[in-house]
Formats: sequence, C-alpha cells, structure tokens
Amino acid sequence: MKKNLKGSILKYKSLVGLLVLCIVISFISPRFLGIANIKNVLTQVSVNAVIAIGMSFVILTGGIDLSVGSILAVSAAVAAGMIKSTGNISFAIIVAIAIGCLIGFINGFLISKGRIQAFIVTLATMIIFRGVTYVYTDGIPISGLGQSFSGIGNKTILGLPIPVLIMVIVFGIAYYILSQTRYGRYLYALGGNEDSARLSGINTDKIKTLVYVICGATAALSGIIVTSRIGSASPNAGVSFELDAIAAVVLGGTSLAGGEGSVVGTIIGALIIGVLNNGLNLMNVSPFYQSIIKGLVILLAVLVEKKKK
Amino acid sequence: MKKSAKLLSLMLSTVLIIGTMVGCSSQKATDGGKKIGMVVSTLNNPFFVSMKEGAEKKAKELGYEIVVLDSQNDASKERSNVEDLVQQGIVDLIINPTDSDAVVNSITFANDSNIKVITVDRMANGGEVACHVASDNIKGGEMAAQFILDKLNGKGNLVELQGIPGASATRDRGKGFHNIVDNKDGVKIVASQAADFDRQKGLNVTENIIQATPAFDAIFAHNDEMALGAIKASKSANKDVIIVGFDGNDEAKKAVASGDLSATIAQKPDLMGSIAVENAIKIAKGETVEKEVPVELELIKK
Repeated sequence: MKKNLKGSILKYKSLVGLLVLCIVISFISPRFLGIANIKNVLTQVSVNAVIAIGMSFVILTGGIDLSVGSILAVSAAVAAGMIKSTGNISFAIIVAIAIGCLIGFINGFLISKGRIQAFIVTLATMIIFRGVTYVYTDGIPISGLGQSFSGIGNKTILGLPIPVLIMVIVFGIAYYILSQTRYGRYLYALGGNEDSARLSGINTDKIKTLVYVICGATAALSGIIVTSRIGSASPNAGVSFELDAIAAVVLGGTSLAGGEGSVVGTIIGALIIGVLNNGLNLMNVSPFYQSIIKGLVILLAVLVEKKKK
Repeated sequence: MKKSAKLLSLMLSTVLIIGTMVGCSSQKATDGGKKIGMVVSTLNNPFFVSMKEGAEKKAKELGYEIVVLDSQNDASKERSNVEDLVQQGIVDLIINPTDSDAVVNSITFANDSNIKVITVDRMANGGEVACHVASDNIKGGEMAAQFILDKLNGKGNLVELQGIPGASATRDRGKGFHNIVDNKDGVKIVASQAADFDRQKGLNVTENIIQATPAFDAIFAHNDEMALGAIKASKSANKDVIIVGFDGNDEAKKAVASGDLSATIAQKPDLMGSIAVENAIKIAKGETVEKEVPVELELIKK
C-alpha cells in the first residue's frame, strides 16, 4: 500500500513541480495561500483545464487539435446570440456544446476517413471557424447577457465557484472513461500502436473521430465559462488557448506521440500554468519577463520528463 | 526517477527566484496601503506602453508602488488580472479596458471587493467607475479647426472625414471641429462623411468627394489612418489641400515631417497614465475627484 502510494506520487512528477512552485510563491507572496486566492486560481485554471482534458483525449491518440480556441469562440458567440434573442440559457448552452461536437466531428472525420494529418485539418478549421465567428458577430462583442447567465462564471455553490465544479465534473467523467471503460482501453491501444490496434479488430476510425468530438465539446463548455465570467462573447475569445491546453497536457506528462499519459497529469499541468500565471502576478514580476519565465518553466519541465526515458 | 523530480523542483525554483529578482528589481516593497493596480489592454502597442511608463513614473514620484499587468487584448485575461490584483491588496485599480462591455464584470468584481476603479482611454459601459481619464477630444477637434482656419486665413471650403458613427471619439472630435467652423463667414463645410477610422475607407471616401465636390481647401480626418488614406486620394488626383489628422501615431508624424500631412493632433498616453495615477492616489486618500478628467493634446505641425 505504502509502496503503491509512493509509486503513484512519483508517477506524477509534475505534482512535485507544482508543490515546489506553490511553496516558493507562498514564501515570496504570503497572500498566495489565502482561501480567496486559492478559489481565484482554481477558477482561472478551470477555463484551460476543461479544454486541456478534451485535448488529452486527442493527444493520447497521437493527434493534436489546434481549433479549440476557434470552437470556443464560435460556440460562445452563438450561445450569446441565442441568450440575447430568446433568453433561454440552458438551451443556448446545449446548442453551444452541440456546435462544439459538430466541429469536432468534422475534424475527426477528415482526420480518420480523409487520412489528413490532424495538425493540418485542425489548423484549417481553426482559421475557418475564427472567420465564421467574425462573420456571425460582425466583429463586435455580444454583451448584455443578463445576471443569471453571469452567475455560471461568478457564483459559488457550497463555497466552490461554479467553474471549478464544472472542471471537477468534467475531470471525473474523463477519468472514468479513460480508466474504466472499453473505449478508454482502446484509445490507449490506438495511441500506442495504431496498426496493431486496427489489426486486433478495434474500429480505430470511430475512436479517433470520437476524441475530436469530445475535445470540441469541452472547448465549447469552456467557452460558456469564459463568456459568463466576462459577461460578453468576443470574436477574439480563445485566441491561442490551444497552446495553453497543449502545454497543460504535456506538462502533465502525456506524450505527444500518444498512448501514454493521463488526465490526472493534465489537471496538474493546468494547475502549474495557472499557479504560475497567478504567482507571477502576485510577485509583481514585470509583464515583459512573465512570458520568458513561463516558457522556461515549460521547457524545463518537459526536459526533466524526457530524462526518465 | 526520484532524482529527476528533485532536479525539476530545483530548476523550477531557481527560474522563479531569478525571475522574481529580475522582475522586481525596479520596485521596492511598500506597505499594503500604498499599492496601486493597473491593467492595460495590451503592451503590444507603443501607445499603451507609453501609458504604462507615464503611470509608473508618476507612482514612483509620489512614493506609491504600482503593479502593471498586460491583458493581451483578451477579456478573460483581463478578468484574471483584476482578480490577481485584488488579491494583492491594492488600494485602487486603474484599468484600460480591452472592450467597454467585456470589462463590466471585472469592474463589478473590484467594486464588490470595495476597490475604487479608474478607467483610462476607453470607457466602461457599466460597473461603478470613480473617475475616467481620456483625451480631451472636443478640445482636439477645436485645435484642428483653428489650425485649418489659420492656414486658410479664415476662409475656405472644408471636408470632414468622420470616424465610426456614434463612437465617442467621433462625436467629440466632430463637436470640437464644428464649434469653431460653424457659422463662420466665408467658411463652408462642403462634405462630411464617415470613413470609420479606416485608411482604405478614408481613401475611397476622399476619392468620391473629389469627384462630387472638387472645390475644397482642407480635410479634417477624425484619425490619422483616415488622414493617410486622404493623402493617397488627393495625391493621385493631383490636389494640393491641407490635411489634418488625429492621434499622432508614428506614421502620421513621419507624414508631417515629409510635408504630406499638414498636422496631427497628438494624444499623450504618458500623460494619461500619469493623471490616472494622480487621481488614483487622491481617491485612496479620500479626496474627491472629477468624474471625467480630460487630458490635453498637442498639435504637431512642420
């Protein structure tokens, strides 16, 4: 049991990195560990973490999804437009997620059936759906979405911010799918070696398509969180979010080659990025230096991860 | 495996500590009551970098610490920045919004934490704002009109290129311009059309005006971009007219130096930042401030 625990901690080396990060920041900025700030960090992390969980599915199969930022923008814009015209929030959210799934399906279909590289397909859909967002919004942010919609991003339930609850639920579902279901096992098998997975009778096309649908859905869900937090759906929402999501997955120890990794690591990776963002702000690091430090931390973490192999 | 975890920790902490030292070297630690937060829409634009520098200089001069964060034109980043600043125990918050609507929830968040908010350059469409600091656009419009009338010895036909209809900059710059030129003997506005602050549209609209009403002596454009478009149009029509822009961006200043542009009304972002800090400190001390503080402009001519 003890050995087991030790093993599982060491499995997530990134967790050690996260703890060290927290300790260092809390020494420099005592406010870091305040309850209010912890809630703060978790809420900020939830936006990236939800996308990154979907991205983990894609990366576990050896793919990549660059279009998440655009999926986020287009589904959030449509949801905001619907809320303004009909006032029906739950239906707007369902439509947003459906749009996310649909774009994910287009990605997945082109990648699995069209045999085009994921990088190229999602690069193209990233550009296309950014354009669709501009057309739909006319380049103007959609705001005035009302108090009850704002509640999703700004209210708490039992002391926990709603975005954090959403993140926990999405994580729970993803963890269950990947570790307890046949689909999860097939997904790892496909990521490990696509040919042998196919030869052993797994419908690889179906599994591959589905990961992009899942990723699209999480991106749309994250779009709902972002939009309700700021009370406005901007045509520029989510630009470069794909990079933060990929960074979280990689920091969590998931291999870009596929077949290896977990969503637990992804959550830790997202937390590292979030804590770093928050910590650098709390420590008054000049914005000009912040991105240098962030880049270095990602590079170092991945280098160390690589060393074990 | 254990070794690499240790190595990772060591490296992370080293990078962080070095980063903090480098980043903070210019700021000295002060007690909680003397820290101001500032969130700028983007630092990827010289205008806002000057604004930041002006604010930092003023804060240093008055013995306050200022923390400036960059929203990278992303409203959700802006929201996170505001939350992080509120955590730091700032006395008040200066914000240059990425978008007038999207900033409202961030401002409400600060309000809920009992932090007074000062907006700079762009207005907020909601929330409780103690003070708004922006260029005196009406005055700028008047300066442009006066410059044109002086050049024309008080007589002539004028063209006005307006910005996006309804935008506050369009309204105020136009109002100032009309304050001076309306009802003046010998002065006539022969065309007044919108070109949406856009260079391409400034070019097209000016071309159309040249076709429709070729007899004019001067153009006032509500911003430099449209003025630069107007220069192109009048050059290709071989028309030598006085053109005045607004903003004072680098390209416009160069055009003034080369004589293509007669003048531009330059905004002073550094002064905006500095005035915002002055007002923030007044508010922190419990003094009353004006709800809207206009910032002076500068006429740049050859």
